[in-house]
Amino acid sequence: MRHFEMDKQKSQKGSVGQSKHHDSAIKQVCGTANYVDDQAAPIGCLHGYPVLAPIATGVITSIDTSKAEALAGVKRIFSAKDIPGKIDIGPIFPGDILLTDKEIQYHNQPVLFVVADSYETARRAAKLVDIQCETSTPVIDIHDSIEQENWVRPPHSLQRGDAQGAIDNAPHQLSGELSIGGQEHFYLEGQVALTQPNEDGGMLVQCSTQHPTEVQHLIAKVLKQPFNFVTVETRRMGGGFGGKETQGAPWACLAALGTYYLGCAVKVRLARADDFRLTGKRHPFYNTYNVGFDDNGVISGAHIEVNGYCGYSPDLSDAIVDRAMFHADNAYYYPAAKIIGNRCKVNTVSHTAFRGFGGPQGMIMAELIMDDIAAALGKDALEVRKANLYREGRDITPYHQTVEQHVLKDMIEKVETEAGYWQRREAINTFNKTSPFIKKGLAMTPVKFGISFTVQHLNQAGALINIYSDGSIHLNHGGTEMGQGLNTKVAQIVAHAFGVDLDTVGITATRTDKVPNTSPTAASSGTDLNGMAALNAANTIKQRLIECVAEHFNVEQSSIVFEDDQVTHAKGQLSFAELAQLAYMNRISLSATGYYATPKIHYDRAKAEGRPFFYFAHGVSLSEVEIDVLTGENTVTRVDILHDVGSSLNPALDIGQIEGAFIQGMGWLTTEDLQWKDSGELASFGPATYKIPAIGDTPAEFNVTLFDSENPETTVFRSKAVGEPPFMLGFSVWSAIRNAVGSITEQRYVPPIDTPATPERVLNAVMDAKNWLQQNSRDEKTKEASHD
Amino acid sequence: MIQFLLNDTAIEVETCSPTLTILDWLRTINGKVGTKEGCATGDCGACTLLVGEEYIDADGSKKWQYKTINSCLMLLGNAHGKHIITVEAVTISKYPKLQDLHPVQRAMVECHGSQCGFCTPGFIMSLLALYINNETYPGKSAVLHALGGNLCRCTGYSPIIKAAEKAYEYERAQEPWSTMAAQFKQGLSNKQNKTDKDNNEVPFLKSGSRIFYLPQLTDQLVNLRAKHPDSQLVSGGTDFSIELSQNLILPDVIISTSQVQELTQFTDTQTCFAIGAAVTYHQLMDKFCAEFPESKELFERLGSSQIRNSGTLGGSLGNASPIGDPAPLLIALNASMVLVSNEGSRTIKVQDFFVGYRQTVLKTNEVISQVLVPKRSDSLKLACHKISKRFEDDISTVCLVLAIEHEQGVITQARCAMGGMAAIPARAKQVEQQLVGAKMETRSITHAATFISQDFSPMSDVRASKEYRLLVSQNLMQRIAHEFEQSIPVTNITSLPKVRIAHASL
Repeated sequence: MRHFEMDKQKSQKGSVGQSKHHDSAIKQVCGTANYVDDQAAPIGCLHGYPVLAPIATGVITSIDTSKAEALAGVKRIFSAKDIPGKIDIGPIFPGDILLTDKEIQYHNQPVLFVVADSYETARRAAKLVDIQCETSTPVIDIHDSIEQENWVRPPHSLQRGDAQGAIDNAPHQLSGELSIGGQEHFYLEGQVALTQPNEDGGMLVQCSTQHPTEVQHLIAKVLKQPFNFVTVETRRMGGGFGGKETQGAPWACLAALGTYYLGCAVKVRLARADDFRLTGKRHPFYNTYNVGFDDNGVISGAHIEVNGYCGYSPDLSDAIVDRAMFHADNAYYYPAAKIIGNRCKVNTVSHTAFRGFGGPQGMIMAELIMDDIAAALGKDALEVRKANLYREGRDITPYHQTVEQHVLKDMIEKVETEAGYWQRREAINTFNKTSPFIKKGLAMTPVKFGISFTVQHLNQAGALINIYSDGSIHLNHGGTEMGQGLNTKVAQIVAHAFGVDLDTVGITATRTDKVPNTSPTAASSGTDLNGMAALNAANTIKQRLIECVAEHFNVEQSSIVFEDDQVTHAKGQLSFAELAQLAYMNRISLSATGYYATPKIHYDRAKAEGRPFFYFAHGVSLSEVEIDVLTGENTVTRVDILHDVGSSLNPALDIGQIEGAFIQGMGWLTTEDLQWKDSGELASFGPATYKIPAIGDTPAEFNVTLFDSENPETTVFRSKAVGEPPFMLGFSVWSAIRNAVGSITEQRYVPPIDTPATPERVLNAVMDAKNWLQQNSRDEKTKEASHD
Repeated sequence: MIQFLLNDTAIEVETCSPTLTILDWLRTINGKVGTKEGCATGDCGACTLLVGEEYIDADGSKKWQYKTINSCLMLLGNAHGKHIITVEAVTISKYPKLQDLHPVQRAMVECHGSQCGFCTPGFIMSLLALYINNETYPGKSAVLHALGGNLCRCTGYSPIIKAAEKAYEYERAQEPWSTMAAQFKQGLSNKQNKTDKDNNEVPFLKSGSRIFYLPQLTDQLVNLRAKHPDSQLVSGGTDFSIELSQNLILPDVIISTSQVQELTQFTDTQTCFAIGAAVTYHQLMDKFCAEFPESKELFERLGSSQIRNSGTLGGSLGNASPIGDPAPLLIALNASMVLVSNEGSRTIKVQDFFVGYRQTVLKTNEVISQVLVPKRSDSLKLACHKISKRFEDDISTVCLVLAIEHEQGVITQARCAMGGMAAIPARAKQVEQQLVGAKMETRSITHAATFISQDFSPMSDVRASKEYRLLVSQNLMQRIAHEFEQSIPVTNITSLPKVRIAHASL
């Protein structure tokens, strides 16, 4: 395994570690940062739109396109028969059908593809196609799939020790279940692709995708062409969040089909409601648990089953349910554990990657267990959480990876003190006793999130650096920019390596003909992988430059320093631009590729053992909420977060990721309510019915601090991945809502609340608690009466 | 033909699809792609831009006011005579450095308020409107109201909230647009005077046989309506444009009421407010809420700032949605509406206007011209409640408005109207019956609340189950009873943190 040392630690002077603003920020505020649909369309550009199945499950019996074809401006309507190569565009396993000609497996599955001279005409024509079907009954309820063992991929389980024995022998046992809602990505820029013939008979594809290489490969396969037939370019996305890892591909493939046959540019852009209906979402889950624990709440055995609601095809569900299993412990040690993961098939769109990639749906079980144990023992949940944390000697995960870094105890204690956990706990108890309708709740939850793709081969990256003879630099790498600031961070790394100002580094669009065979920008790995690859490329050129200076000026290599746009050596100084010119005149290559593969990781799936993660990222969040016991309305009033990004490459961008992820996690757990009708139709298909957090949902007090530490592993400048981990800090909101409901029974009974905790679910929990109280006080009275 | 000013350029359009929105016109015809389409349903604010309108201020002088709107909902024809400002006009320089930016842009950059950047132009326009319309930082509450209709999926909003304040830390940027707009308007009226005989021509847009009319006078409106009984009436377009983009409807004739002089007047008489059907929520809120402060939250939570700058009472009522918030309020306040046609006019109660799901008594030659709201009596007790999944910019799961008159401790009149509970906004007659004659006390109200299930059998849908709708409306009556009992001064209704969930941010 390759291993790269860093060129030097960050210093005050260099670019790394500074809060530079996003490289596109000025363009974004001026409206000049272009997205795919903003490109000036080539002359003669046509527009394509999919024709959608009117039912969820069944067989197509006839299709009448005559009305659509009669519409002025319609150029051609494509069906599965027109696809020269593969119809199945499943990214890893087969199952994702580009256009179906017979079997319909989810509501609105694409059947045909209309190409017309305008976006409006293509959409209108698509609606005019009449598709007749024999309808069958869709499976929508996950419990039906579990009962029928209807999987998209086989189950997998993790085991360490004898979980059932440990549970049976423990002083206390508890069990529970939780239904966890899905989540629509709601990237502000919907799915879009523009394809056009290039000058040499191939095809240029501009696409909003986190995975240009996969789009390239799939288009080539669909068209039965070699990979070098297709070049995919992605400058920036208007948000991705995992929703453009595989879900960008079908629309690019369809546009490419149009370009292939019609020889002109074709654009496909999904209208928002169709984007909702046709693209996969975060998997809803139904999970159960069984635990045994002692009087202190310390767990001795845990049995957890996670069931992912995968939709009609595998897509990425195998790895997503794996990650749910890998995170069913969150930050807590289970001395004996059995964790089962099922990949349930249901007749909806195929659910897909979304920030956290199954991790949140597994991790929530650990937090549910902590709260339930605390309620059962009459303890404060924070005490139970602290008692169960991984620590030295109690450090082996259910997948047999040893947890080596133990910072959560310190982090929790810091927040506990600085945010005044116990004082506020007392104040809330007092408030709740007298407040008639509003009840407050408080909860602190930790996050431990494993960093690396669990599919090992994806943990690699490439970069290309070109220095021009005036010293200006072009940087290209395999990662894609979706707002997270990846390009900014990688540019900072390169600027730092050459000791030049960040403005010297020009960022270019991600293109498959510049850096090939790339991995998706996903799993929070963008900077870890591409940053390291770029650093390696920079170091290759830098070494050439050092040798050039050493030879030209006859100085020791060790005396040469790159700093402040200058290169200083034992005998003098020259500007970086002068050095570039000097190197060029001396016929030294100023271009280099860089490559990186993550060391140390391995996983033996047959044994369910290994080290799937290079390291873990950590965070702690304390949330205070209010609920209204008359309506179930709820609101988050204060949040304190301490998060571990290792040694930050760019604190402002890291904090931006943490704040944004937290709010997105909060939305997933509170207002974002995906619903399907029994017919398989998506009921919440637009922002009018699906509510992501709005500006007023931002907690009035929202403190985010970076934990001062370095990554013990040799990542780029000892930083840590930040994209996904803070998403799960949102659990503190859900847990605090349960805590607020629990105040009705003085925490003696804390009703379960499925997610999202909508006003309706919270009100139901309130009623549940009130009924328990009534029942219980009646029982107590009866008891007292019988004592008399 | 219609004429408007786009940034610094005068635009004349005559041939154009009558259903084209400003957004599509900008992006597909004009090549101005800085304004983004996020949802095309007015929910995300990515397409926000500023619309400037001339108004006469208290001193009688002509001024220009700039407000945000969703360009995905505004039909191009409605831009006639207005000033449209897009994000491209905010900074002049093509290759600006940080210090060249407008303060709201610079603040967004310095606060790291953009990540993916797709929502950013919309936020910039909302921030710009806030900045132009407030000489000094107006406080967090104003910021939230200004930005409530702009969704961001990346940042979690904190840096944007900070940027709104930081914009005021730099040297104040002067607003250059109203001068341009005044010149443009002057040019228009000069031209109009020259072609005096055409003065009565109704501005229009035409594409083949499809046409958009923008009548300026009631006569023009009712005559056009009589001539085109199948025409589609539109005002702010906040609902109609969604039909265009989502269901791809293709009406032949559209008549916009948005610039009909009589329909855009707000008249304050001794006994009532006569509110023109095309008066926007924004224009009516101040006066209306001064009279009925209890309704302030309902209006503040009605759509977003962009929607309130476009939407009208006439549009909402004419649309007859069972979940529009104005109808329950107007029914509870015993409001009437004036319907005009080429044959005359008639006045009916708002409660009698709705006859079925999205069906009204409006005849094919009629247009809603005014809403008449009687002013409050001394004994009026009013309570307005809205339940939704999200606090801001969300459609009501349940909207409940209760208006009670009382005399010597006895309830003499009760009007309880609800939205989201039936196919039309309707009164809870049984509840009202229980209230009238009862003592003005908590028990009367909570007792009456148990009759809600006799008045309504609501549906389960994506917003909530029928059980929740019934339970929560009963519980709301409990809160109303509590509020009435506390007899909190109506002017202070928003400061009730102890009994109501409010904005998280405040």
